[in-house]
Amino acid sequence: MLIFSVFKTLTDQTVTVELKNDLCITGVLKSVDQYLNIRLDAIKVQNADQHPHMMAVRNCFIRGSVVRYVQLPASAMDTQLLEDATRRESGKKI
Amino acid sequence: MESLIPFTTSGALVDCVDKKVLVVLRDGRKLIGVLRSYDQFANLVLENTFERKHLARYYADQGIGVMIIRGENVVLLGEIDLDAEDEVPLEQVPLEQLDPAYKREAEFRKKRETDKSQVLFEGLGFSKEGGEGDGY
Repeated sequence: MLIFSVFKTLTDQTVTVELKNDLCITGVLKSVDQYLNIRLDAIKVQNADQHPHMMAVRNCFIRGSVVRYVQLPASAMDTQLLEDATRRESGKKI
Repeated sequence: MESLIPFTTSGALVDCVDKKVLVVLRDGRKLIGVLRSYDQFANLVLENTFERKHLARYYADQGIGVMIIRGENVVLLGEIDLDAEDEVPLEQVPLEQLDPAYKREAEFRKKRETDKSQVLFEGLGFSKEGGEGDGY
């Protein structure tokens, strides 16, 4: 739930999602869910000529299971807060 | 999209219902159709579906009707902008023309992916995709 909460704070940020099929999509994070499925708006595909099928797509829903990385803006992250939350979470677990 | 969308799969997908969408599957297929229904696993129901096969600047369509797609095979679902679609610089050709070259290209790509994942598995300890427990 922790990373889900992190993503909730990042809505309306521009992120780049790298998928397991090597597709890289940059877009505005609009929504996330408990499975870390991602909804991106105003997408821009890196190496768009290698993926011509994406040309007419502006918004997309990405299934969480196919994400390899999500690149976030460093300015949007409060790493101290994240560290504290992580320690608290692990402390709660039995 | 200004309203607060609840952070659920439903909230992310409800706007796409009855819209023309592109679904990319894990095996590399691209299906285009009208999204009629979905559930929390991203299982999808598409109507008037066709598979679009791309090769360089050309593409060909193959109609396949109504599809229920199991969510674990879905990579992404993209809402197709109907205005942008008209401006895409690709040329449509009949399926019979494209198919042989497309099949060769697809086999080549599949072999390269298999070889690549084998090397990553043996040499670098990457796990293989598509195994048990991968889907949800």
